[in-house]
Amino acid sequence: MAMLEIKDLRAEIEGTEILKGLNLSMDPGEVHAIMGPNGSGKSTLAHVLTGRDGYEVTGGDALFQGQSILEMEPEERAAVGLFLAFQYPVEIPGVTMTTFLKEAVNSIRKARGEDELDAMKFTKQLRERCKLLNIPEDMMRRSVNTGFSGGEKKRAEVLQMAALEPKLAVLDETDSGLDIDALKTVADGVNRLRSPERSMLVITHYQRLLNYIVPDHVHVMVKGQIVKSGGKDLAHELEAEGYAQFGEEKAA
Amino acid sequence: MSESALQPFHEQYTALTNAGSLPGSALPWLSNLRERGMTRFDELGFPTPRVEKWKYTNLRALERQVFHPATTMTASLGLDRVPTLIGEQAGHRAVFVNGRFRAEMSSLGRLPKGAKVMSFAQALEAEPNLLAEEIDQIAEGQDEQPFYHLNCAFMQDGLVLHVEEGAKIEEPIEVVYLAAADDESLAYHPRHLIVAGKNSEATLVEHHVGIGEANTLANHVTEIRVEPGAKLHHYKLNAETDAAFHVSTLHARVQENAFYDSFTLTTGGQLSRNEPHVKLEGSFADARLNGAYLQRGKQHCDNTTLIEHAVPDTHCREIFKGALEGKGRAVFAGKLHVYPDAQRTDGNQLSRCLLLSNQAEIDTKPELEIYADDVVCSHGCTAGELEKDPLFYLRSRGIPFPVARRMMVESFLAEVVQEITTEDLRQAFLDRVTDWLSRSEQ
Repeated sequence: MAMLEIKDLRAEIEGTEILKGLNLSMDPGEVHAIMGPNGSGKSTLAHVLTGRDGYEVTGGDALFQGQSILEMEPEERAAVGLFLAFQYPVEIPGVTMTTFLKEAVNSIRKARGEDELDAMKFTKQLRERCKLLNIPEDMMRRSVNTGFSGGEKKRAEVLQMAALEPKLAVLDETDSGLDIDALKTVADGVNRLRSPERSMLVITHYQRLLNYIVPDHVHVMVKGQIVKSGGKDLAHELEAEGYAQFGEEKAA
Repeated sequence: MSESALQPFHEQYTALTNAGSLPGSALPWLSNLRERGMTRFDELGFPTPRVEKWKYTNLRALERQVFHPATTMTASLGLDRVPTLIGEQAGHRAVFVNGRFRAEMSSLGRLPKGAKVMSFAQALEAEPNLLAEEIDQIAEGQDEQPFYHLNCAFMQDGLVLHVEEGAKIEEPIEVVYLAAADDESLAYHPRHLIVAGKNSEATLVEHHVGIGEANTLANHVTEIRVEPGAKLHHYKLNAETDAAFHVSTLHARVQENAFYDSFTLTTGGQLSRNEPHVKLEGSFADARLNGAYLQRGKQHCDNTTLIEHAVPDTHCREIFKGALEGKGRAVFAGKLHVYPDAQRTDGNQLSRCLLLSNQAEIDTKPELEIYADDVVCSHGCTAGELEKDPLFYLRSRGIPFPVARRMMVESFLAEVVQEITTEDLRQAFLDRVTDWLSRSEQ
């Protein structure tokens, strides 16, 4: 069964149609990249998949392991195994990373009918994940994303992915605002979390990120539709030729 | 104002004075104060919304009640243990039931030398001169406070705390005020005096709780003097029942180099009014006038504060934050008064409220009256819904909406609870916030 199957998906914001009949299918363990110019609807796709307010789905469907997710609350989507790494992670002053992650991990366990982790087990697990991703533990005592640098925010997103162990992770412009060293660190973290059971959908404007997170499939998205799909070489082709061939301005 | 609302108080006052059973009835100064209190309360009556300081708090529900004076006999308690914020083993505890001191429920045996805790009634016997010198003498501008005068007319008991010069009282002194009324509505008017002597330091925790179904009116008046170099930490939790009316009028004078640090959390009550007047009357006097409130259903909480910067070089910070659910209502009216020669005053005020329902309401009225020219004063106020982005962020990580909401309100309020300097107490107050919030998740 496909991990994710998007069928003729249409969505609008305040009456303006952004997704115009989008089709995509991903199998378990696959990494797909969606590339496209600004305004093509890439981030809208990420938001619609995770259930953010303000988007109205007007047609089509999105099936996660065969189950439609479009009517689910955001927390229910997380519980079935969907994860979004935010382009702009949100600061939550006064809530520490530890409290936040413990609440998240246990909420998901509870929703799945599993026992909640006690403080000791949770701390042990969090420590292991921090170590795996080379994240200093004292970051866990800071308020969620508050005062984090751009790189720290993106690494914290990857850590959350590691802690929540999703089946499908959507990475929304994870490269934005990162210098090359930070990008490598973040990509390295993502690569450590690749597994045959986990699929990833990497959304990016630039090919740069795909040098480090090498996709199995690349899709080009223009004006709310997938206009071309191919292997990882498609990313290089786009880097060289830009989006002009699809009736768009050259990628910057 | 309706005359009939005052009538029962009148009759009760006459009955009590005729019986001659009021504590200290042989003391002329006290009888005069009671007499003057009744006369002035008569003139003022219960304030209506036409009175500026009561514009947003309507007392009709209170006026409709006929309250009986609480006596020592009225409280038959079905309590296994005294409710405590700081734990039974910790600190020192004075317990009042319906305004009367209950020695047998209190634990003051371990109080160190230098701290004297008495009931007002005991003090009238043991140290009448101390009270004669202080009661009604610390207060200022009380003439227009009807509840102050009502308290004067009916005061019988309360807390007297005297911290001697140089004494440092390490453990907090918790004062439990239990409102207990099952069969009939009860009113009581506790009178408190707190003097922190020169260079002393103490922490006083007021813990107001209630049991029983009937209405209560607790009409507290507190007079406080923080003498030069002293530090007084004064924290208060009001967790009375939804049938409780709570009015607390406080007059504090903060002298040279002294620090008055206060925090008030209101979760209970049908109608609560906290009205502190803090006068910074010595140079380098410093005050924190902080608070938080959580109200739901038809609860109403009013914090009307006055801070006076009377001399140069005084400092005050005031933060009030709250969250309202259902038809919960809150009022924050903060006045900051800087006297003409009070140069280099540093005063900050902030009021922030989260409205968790469409029917909740906050009325905010910051008021800065500044007559000096070299001052730094600021104020800010916000009221609004929970921010959407953090809420979505938490939910996208699997945290259900009610829990996400609780986490956000908690962190919003934690910012002001953090101002409590004693760590154990900070946690105790945070736990109360969490308790209140978890109750809305069902």
